[in-house]
Amino acid sequence: MKWGVVVFPGSNCDHDAYDALSRLLGQEVKYVWHQDRNIADLDAVLLPGGFSYGDYLRAGAIARFSDIMDEVVTFAHEGGTVIGICNGFQVLTEAGLLPGALIRNTSLRFICEDVPIRVEHTDCRFSASCSTGDVLKIPIAHNEGNYVLNDTELEDILAKGQVLFRYCSPGGEINDQNNPNGSLHSIAGVINESGNVLGMMPHPERRCDPILGSTDGRKIFDSVIKWVENNGKR
Amino acid sequence: MKINIDLTEKIPTSFPGDPEVNMDLAEAHQLSTDEYEQIIELLGRTPTYTELGIYSVMWSEHASYKNSIAQLKTLPRSGGRLLVDAGEENAGLVDIGDGLAVAFKIESHNHPSAVEPYQGAATGIGGILRDIFTMGARPIAALNSLRFGLPDDDRVRYLVDGVVRGIADYGNCFGVPTVAGEVVFEEAYTGNPLVNAMAVGLVEHDKVMSAVATGSGNPVIYVGARTGRDGIHGATFASEELSEKSEQRKSNVQVGDPFTEKLLLEATLELAETDAFIGIQDMGAAGLTCSSCEMAAKTGVGMILDLDQVPRREEKMSPYETMLSESQERMLLVAKRGREDEVFAIFKKWGLEAVEVGEVRDDGRLKIIQDGIFLADIPAVSLALGGGAPVYERERSRPAYLDKATEINSIKEPEDFEKTTIDLLSRPNIASKKWVYRQYDHMVRTNTRVLPGYGDAAVLRVPGTRKALSVTTDCNARYVYLDPQKGAAMAVAEAARNVACTGAIPIGVTNCLNFGNPYKPEVFWSFAEVIAGMGEACRALDTPVTGGNVSFYNENPKGAVYASPVIGMVGLAEDAEKTVGMAFPDDGLAIYLVGSDQVSWAGSEWQIMNQGDPRGELPELDLELEKRLQATIITGIENGFVKAAHDLAEGGLVVALAEMAVADKENPRGALLELEEPTPLNLFGEGPSRIIAAVDPEKLDEFEELAEKNDVPAEWIGTTGGIGIGFRNVFKVMLDDISDAYYDSLEKALGLK
Repeated sequence: MKWGVVVFPGSNCDHDAYDALSRLLGQEVKYVWHQDRNIADLDAVLLPGGFSYGDYLRAGAIARFSDIMDEVVTFAHEGGTVIGICNGFQVLTEAGLLPGALIRNTSLRFICEDVPIRVEHTDCRFSASCSTGDVLKIPIAHNEGNYVLNDTELEDILAKGQVLFRYCSPGGEINDQNNPNGSLHSIAGVINESGNVLGMMPHPERRCDPILGSTDGRKIFDSVIKWVENNGKR
Repeated sequence: MKINIDLTEKIPTSFPGDPEVNMDLAEAHQLSTDEYEQIIELLGRTPTYTELGIYSVMWSEHASYKNSIAQLKTLPRSGGRLLVDAGEENAGLVDIGDGLAVAFKIESHNHPSAVEPYQGAATGIGGILRDIFTMGARPIAALNSLRFGLPDDDRVRYLVDGVVRGIADYGNCFGVPTVAGEVVFEEAYTGNPLVNAMAVGLVEHDKVMSAVATGSGNPVIYVGARTGRDGIHGATFASEELSEKSEQRKSNVQVGDPFTEKLLLEATLELAETDAFIGIQDMGAAGLTCSSCEMAAKTGVGMILDLDQVPRREEKMSPYETMLSESQERMLLVAKRGREDEVFAIFKKWGLEAVEVGEVRDDGRLKIIQDGIFLADIPAVSLALGGGAPVYERERSRPAYLDKATEINSIKEPEDFEKTTIDLLSRPNIASKKWVYRQYDHMVRTNTRVLPGYGDAAVLRVPGTRKALSVTTDCNARYVYLDPQKGAAMAVAEAARNVACTGAIPIGVTNCLNFGNPYKPEVFWSFAEVIAGMGEACRALDTPVTGGNVSFYNENPKGAVYASPVIGMVGLAEDAEKTVGMAFPDDGLAIYLVGSDQVSWAGSEWQIMNQGDPRGELPELDLELEKRLQATIITGIENGFVKAAHDLAEGGLVVALAEMAVADKENPRGALLELEEPTPLNLFGEGPSRIIAAVDPEKLDEFEELAEKNDVPAEWIGTTGGIGIGFRNVFKVMLDDISDAYYDSLEKALGLK
């Protein structure tokens, strides 16, 4: 399948995503410049981590107005696969493709470390290669990863199975101690209602190469690859 | 661009509003009477105000190295894998095979960080990153070395918070992993913290960019952020002692913008792929002045700049201000005439300004005009280091404190070993720095194999090859205080040992020499001793000095900081997969104590904990043994005998074992030790050239043979496994207690927990 990795001028995990998908997972990948509009040839779009346009205002607030985001919104509405990682997740919430918002970590500090996350269900294209309750160890690296939304919205996304990953203990328990950034309900990753758009704060692309310790991140990409193989682009 | 003003026979004049230039004004610019007279002689007339400003920054200590260069030249600065001699380019450049070179350098940003910690530290990172990508190298790692006063002081806490945030925000946004470093707390740094930043980059040999100007008529192009009034006289500020008045220097501190830096990086590396340019230089200290005259002086050409073309973000900036501004995220480059549009297109793509501001000339002179007024006409070479800038030897005298500090010192030895272990692990200088490095993105670019806290040095794979680089910064300034020469040699040895403990061969050094006022004979004596010790160790260990930085005037009203020659070391491993960390990876591994048996209490953490100031005589340092020790460990790791290795540093043997036990916090693993006669000194004393190796139990014979062949003592002392560190029949400490002390103490010391 063919992936596009979006490059905003301040993206800095674009190389990492490209490397993981192409070298380690054998995928066809191309970079998509933020001023490009041609993504019709893609099977999946990945919005990587970084600081899109500096993010001095609010992470992702400017990115949502970019040319490429127009196209990504259309792509998503047509059922295309979209993954936003870290800053990509922030951009997706700003663009209205995912519910909620990401505010500053409760510690008010940047946090970079491996964290365990629990797979809440496998009934979507992003987790089909996992088992429900699997604990993946994947790093976070962000200042604004504290996921918030209002009570009604929370009930709604829970009811619709949109909460895909939650921060947990190494053994899979959900508790405040193992919630690194204060996210509501320990939410680490959500999908949209139709299940074709994923946003997550942890960086699966950082855990694909055995030389870096673990390959837990592959499970997410593998899920998508298998899903597209079986179901086609949409 | 055409510069339409005929300068033949013209003599520079003042700009409207410029003050009158005289000796008093020169003195206010920190130029000596001799230096001022020298300028008059060089020019054959009184300098204009613009010229005076230019000379004052270029001849400042910070830019000219006038009091240190004679000493620095005695260091081993060429040979081996070095592709350029030290000081020739913005950073050192060392061959690592596969057509690749590693560019690396360390630099201080002490004074700015003392008055404005956040921006001071941030722009320190920005500056060192530019030094790396100005050479066409993509930064793959950032490191730092931070020294503060004691952590119970409110001002210190403010500085720590600001510095760490500054480093984090800049590096994280730019997208370079901050992978290693040191954080030290010591009374001597109160009021004058040391903030040293190092960057490491990779470049293909044939893509190396150089800071040169050639070809009369070639356009000089300004790229990046606009020029403002920030940072004017930053270089001269760095060349004076801090005082109560230093707060007023806040306006000398530059303001960083990591996003623009990221754009500048990508644009510069895109430019490197073309042949539309001649050379490029970053605008760091002394800004436009330094970049223009250095590029010209290097090749002996001249340059004319029309300041009306310089993009500015403040109105009515005088030529003096424009030339001296240290606004960040700017570069100066020389393009090939006729190819400017290619250059402009690249920078435009990245949303950056690129403007022709001048032209290369073949007259060897730096000429400045603004508003059609001819303002400066200076022989470029007279400004540059190695050219006309002054060079001094300062008076030296052995400091009086040394006699008292090194006299025979009786010290109460530890009695309760369990308590001593926990007490030492709780010391802010030994406790885990996880609170700090957790704020740095240390994984971005997915090369970091040995993460901070997991090894003696960070290990990064080299993308596209099987190789890895191992990087660290190190200096135990207490040892330097007790014996500047030996202490400096020990700093080099320890940095190399750290790299060796990951399985990499040390290949080069960058140094950041932090000292007090060089006009104080005691300070200069220590400086010369340090250089001698460093030179000896670098020669013995075959790690040439590729470049670095000298920071003098690190004083506060109470006196000078400890002489702190921080070593940045880079090592190379042929096979990234074989590199190791320090955490015990398994139960049942054999633990060996390898290397020297020379230990003492002098300057040890125990000694400081009990006596305050460093006292005593340092143990022997045998550089030949050091080299053999490192070779043994490296080979042991390469052959798969050694599964984890850790240098014995602050706190000695027990602390080192405890660190190995809990380095992998989620998977701690104890050890049972069977030392024959564990005395307090060999448990907690400190000494160089000692490593703990965790060896595959199936490879004991091979490892022992290897050590014997290399003539390195290797003593089996125990086995990994269990829920504590136990010395049979003597004492034991539980892993939970070790972990709590090691991981919680820094935050407690800073009042955060």
